[in-house]
Parts: sequence; C-alpha cells; structure tokens
Amino acid sequence: MKIKYFAWVRERVGKSEEMLDPPPDVRTVGELMAWLSRCSESYAHAFETPKVVRAAIDHVHVKPDTPIAGAREIAFFPPMTGG
Amino acid sequence: MKMTAIVTIRIQEEDFDTAREIAQLSKGRTDIGAVVSFSGICRGSEHGDVIGALTLEHYPGMAEAEIARHANEAMVRWPLNGLTIIHRTGRITPGENIVLVVTASSHRQAAFQAAEFLMDYLKTSAPFWKREEREGGGNWVEARAHDDEAARRWTKS
Repeated sequence: MKIKYFAWVRERVGKSEEMLDPPPDVRTVGELMAWLSRCSESYAHAFETPKVVRAAIDHVHVKPDTPIAGAREIAFFPPMTGG
Repeated sequence: MKMTAIVTIRIQEEDFDTAREIAQLSKGRTDIGAVVSFSGICRGSEHGDVIGALTLEHYPGMAEAEIARHANEAMVRWPLNGLTIIHRTGRITPGENIVLVVTASSHRQAAFQAAEFLMDYLKTSAPFWKREEREGGGNWVEARAHDDEAARRWTKS
C-alpha cells in the first residue's frame, strides 16, 4: 500500500511517500504507526506522540482503531491548519 | 422556478478576485436574495512577531474530496442556491488572500450560517497545513482548540 506523509510528519520521516507491505499482524492504523516507529528513529520521531498524528485511508479521515485491510493509500499528518 | 445550485471548488496557487467570484455566483439570477462572502487573508504578524510569509501545503485529492463532502453537507442543511470555495496553496505573503467562501441563498440566514459552517470545517478537517516564515526560521502553525470547538457546534446531537 502507498503511505503518504504531510507537513512536519513528512519532514520527520524524511520522505513524502513510499510503498510499504506491513506484516499481517499490523491490522489497524494505530498498529501501523507503532510498527513504523519500531523501524527507525525518523519514524519514531514522527510518531512520538501518536495521539497528535491524524490519519486518512483513501482520502477519508480515520481513527487509530480503523483496520487497514484493503487500503490503497494511507496518509499521516498533523492536525490541520488551513482556512 | 427552482434554478440549479452551482457549486465551485478550486484549490490553486494563483490569487483570486473576490468581487469577480461573487459576481459569477449571482450573475443573471433572480432567485438569489443574499450572498455572503468570507475572505481569509494572510496576517503580517502573530502575537507581535513579524510573519514574512505563509506556505500552504495540502493533500491533493483528499483536500478536494473533503471540501466537497462539506459542501454537499451544507447544500443539504441549508437552502443554498450556490456556493464557491477557493483555497490557495504555496507561498502567500501578508495581505494576500488565502481562502474564499461565498454562499448564496434566497435569504440571509442560510447564507450566513452555511458560510460559517464551511469555514469552521475548512479550518479543522480540510487537509491543509500552514508553515510560517519568521525571522530566524520557520515553524508549522499549531492547530487551535477553539477552532475544534467552533466546528463541533455544528454536530447534530
């Protein structure tokens, strides 16, 4: 699945998008954040306060307990500050 | 006769002409009795600090989808004859436009309320992020709790 990062999450991860194939025991958005955080210090820094980071699956806002099965694109970003 | 409601949503780097957008929405129509417009403009200072510019990042695809979802909700909740939402991205300097919401209805109440509803949701759920340029560096603007509270009051209990 494609993973995208925006704003300071993107800066901390060090890339704007990548293709990832998480292991089958990573079932939810929250578990994906935890799994990424274990991958490297950059991800750990981006997700150090997981409650602050927001997520979307296929362009729709989701909660951390949302399953990721079937997702084409998952995005992680800070709280929005547009308008 | 019921005329069709026209919904325009644009995300663009270029500036826009507020007067022209308002005219476009109401031109040639006799069913519109009220037009409300909100312009968000880049400030040159924040809590006494000089802001050199803002850079607006967005999530292409989702930003359009999220704005469209709220535009549709506004059309369902209020008897609107049309609405226009324009959000700029990229580098914006003080005094320049950031966002425009224009709502048109037969009567003012629906136009006022829908414009406020759309702005509250643009602030809290449309995927845009502002980075400020300040003397000696830059920083991402932090989300404000009162914006979330403003958006929550539209949630039906």
